[in-house]
Amino acid sequence: MTTAAPPRQTPRFAALGRGLKVRELGILLALVLIVLAATVRNPSFLFSADGYRDLLLTPSILLLVAVGQAIVIITRNVDLSVGSTLGLTAYLTGRLFIDVPGIPVIVVFAAGILFGAVIGFVNGALVAYAGVPALVITLGTLYILRGLNVAWAGSDRINASDLPRDFRGLGTGQIATIPILTIIAVLVLIAAAFYLRNTRGGREFYAIGSDPNAARLYGLRVNRRIITAFVVGGALAGLAGVLYAARYGTVSSGAGTGWELQAVGAAVIGGVAISGGSGTLWGAAIGAFLLLTINRALPILGIEDFWQRAVVGVLIIGAIVLDRLLALRQSRKLLEARETE
Amino acid sequence: MTSQLDRDARVPELTLSKVVKSFGPVVALRSGSLTLQPGSIHALVGENGAGKSTLVKIIAGLYRRDAGEFTLRGESVDFTSTAQAKEAGIAVIYQEPTLFPDLSVTENIFMGRQPTGRFGRIDRRAMRRETQEIFERLGVRLDPDRITEGLSIADQQIIEIAKAISLDARVLIMDEPTAALSGNEVERLFAVARGLRDEGRAILFISHRFDEVFDLCDTVTVMRDGAYVFTTPIAETSVDEIVRAMVGRDIQELFPKQETTVGEELLRVEGLDSPGVFHDISFSVRAGEIVGLAGLVGAGRSEVARAIFGVDGYTSGSVTVGGKPLPKRQPRAAMAAGIALVPEDRRKQGLVLESSVARNTTLAIRDRLSRLGILTTGRENTASQVWASRLEVKTSFLDTEAGTLSGGNQQKVVLGKWLATDPKVLIIDEPTRGIDVGTKSEVHRLLSELAGRGLGILMISSELPEVLGMADRVLVMREGRITAELTRDEATPESVMFAATHEQEPAR
Repeated sequence: MTTAAPPRQTPRFAALGRGLKVRELGILLALVLIVLAATVRNPSFLFSADGYRDLLLTPSILLLVAVGQAIVIITRNVDLSVGSTLGLTAYLTGRLFIDVPGIPVIVVFAAGILFGAVIGFVNGALVAYAGVPALVITLGTLYILRGLNVAWAGSDRINASDLPRDFRGLGTGQIATIPILTIIAVLVLIAAAFYLRNTRGGREFYAIGSDPNAARLYGLRVNRRIITAFVVGGALAGLAGVLYAARYGTVSSGAGTGWELQAVGAAVIGGVAISGGSGTLWGAAIGAFLLLTINRALPILGIEDFWQRAVVGVLIIGAIVLDRLLALRQSRKLLEARETE
Repeated sequence: MTSQLDRDARVPELTLSKVVKSFGPVVALRSGSLTLQPGSIHALVGENGAGKSTLVKIIAGLYRRDAGEFTLRGESVDFTSTAQAKEAGIAVIYQEPTLFPDLSVTENIFMGRQPTGRFGRIDRRAMRRETQEIFERLGVRLDPDRITEGLSIADQQIIEIAKAISLDARVLIMDEPTAALSGNEVERLFAVARGLRDEGRAILFISHRFDEVFDLCDTVTVMRDGAYVFTTPIAETSVDEIVRAMVGRDIQELFPKQETTVGEELLRVEGLDSPGVFHDISFSVRAGEIVGLAGLVGAGRSEVARAIFGVDGYTSGSVTVGGKPLPKRQPRAAMAAGIALVPEDRRKQGLVLESSVARNTTLAIRDRLSRLGILTTGRENTASQVWASRLEVKTSFLDTEAGTLSGGNQQKVVLGKWLATDPKVLIIDEPTRGIDVGTKSEVHRLLSELAGRGLGILMISSELPEVLGMADRVLVMREGRITAELTRDEATPESVMFAATHEQEPAR
């Protein structure tokens, strides 16, 4: 039988609350350890000019996609089409520069983001109103968008020489030794993380993912919020597509293939529950860094190519198992606390 | 508090008049009427399935009524969403609170309307302070920062009430809030409810515990079979009158069970225990006997059935079939030992809706029908025809998808599926829920016939007339315990209802 909660409950649960935050710290620690290990093995990993820059630059684009993916996952959905969205937007970016000579860079950015948002809207509306699981809908749009990309581009590709110099500069330039791409990614991360943590709309994403039926009973506008999540996810994939073109210069019809899974992996490694309702964007962002940094660190640590992929797989499964164990332990503790009252 | 006269002169907070709601062919609410006055605690009582929950869901904006009137403070309303009902000042505390398990207590209370500062930033401190103020006012100690997962039902309900208070709801509906509460918690809840009443709010209190109804409420409305029966001040009525109004049917004639000779003991359950679900469950079922398992929804009856069949586990106790002990958590072993379970939700758990009737009826005996692992449609059809004729399901049904059948025929198909396994013991959960009256008696006739052939039947039912008409013996459960075992002669609507609703002094 339960009675009014005794006072000794408070510190215990406060500790539990802190325990959850440790989840992000844990992967941050893993990231630091990997960078340290690789640097000890080969100091240029961190201390050469290129090494330091690449360390920040490479994960920045994935970070954007992973943050968008995390928002969608938090609402208990998933967007598998972001890789295709990124590829198509990157190609669109190149075409705009080629077909509309002298087009301002800012307009291209706006077009890319808008394009991604429209794709997100279509995905979101299908998921929210057709009642078909997001996995199926976005798997469909993944193939459709990739098909469109191939049909549009054919064997054609965008080359670095097609892109204006100032646009290319965004992809490689630095401000105070920090790559511009990274600055953009972190600014987006800060804004999105603030929105998710501190605004009504942001908290509703969590509520919906935590229990969609309860959210409907609450009178939350579930469909609208789910569409919003997909629109944001798509817009971020669009932005990532524009930055992809700026960073790599070369865009073929296969650009962005497999990114959707990397984004899901980054979010999951970062502690975003695949069943929705919990996790932070910071976690997903660190997850993106960890995922790509591991890829770069493993060859330096002397691990063969084959094993690199396996390690990423182990990391993802490990993260899910860890989350499950933490959740089980937590619910057991909460139950015990109740029984002993 | 205002005097009785003053109160009556005021405009009612909420009125429902002759409200109708049906779901396809099933009429859940034939004629629901209710008038809630400000500053009053109004009880709504009725058997399971009397239409109380449907009525509440219409008020909450979850369902839209098909016909009838619904007014709020004299103005006609028609809610199309829960948000609108909430906006109009209606707060509903459901029997099973609906919270977000991953979010903190505070966030659960304020979701969607958190206090905000600059840039739409949620003012967490103000939110937390207000939560603590509400908790202090309610006299409860709950950590506002902990997540709600793992909270007891009582604490979850407190959060729901805190939500209603923070909303400043004019109408507060509590759907069996005390079902999972201990004595102290009930007292705490009642003190809160009285406080809210004295502030002039209208409270609707749904409960099966008459002592509580008489203790807390000033007015009572009785419902039966989806319709309004009467409303009266509590002071002018008695438990007897209310129970009679709730049951009010001639029972014995409706559900004839053939007299059979009761044979050997088939199923024996001893001391079954599962913490938080059911406790110390012991009973037996003999050949040719129908044992009714009565009680309110949520008393733990289906859970006991699932544990016996091996779907769920239990911590202590034993189940024996024909003298042989049954292993835990092994439905296959239960099936092999001769137990069949027809679950409550036949659409979800009993049928493959997309498959043909023939395939459904042979589902449980696939292994026996197949040769070298290959199962032909012909063999399926032959086997199912036997059962189709015995259950009087038209054989033209055999090729149709199970999902397209009526509720009654679906139930027959599920029965056929299990009877094909040639069971000794049949556990059937709510055999006639959602089945029209005509087919109901057919299902009853079938059950009676099966008992006549020497099957032992455990029938879980929330419909009192069904239990009283069909069962040779009635077990009554309340909050996870068997509170009464009644013979056919002892079992009356009153005695069963009493055992199902009254607080028995718990042996601690």
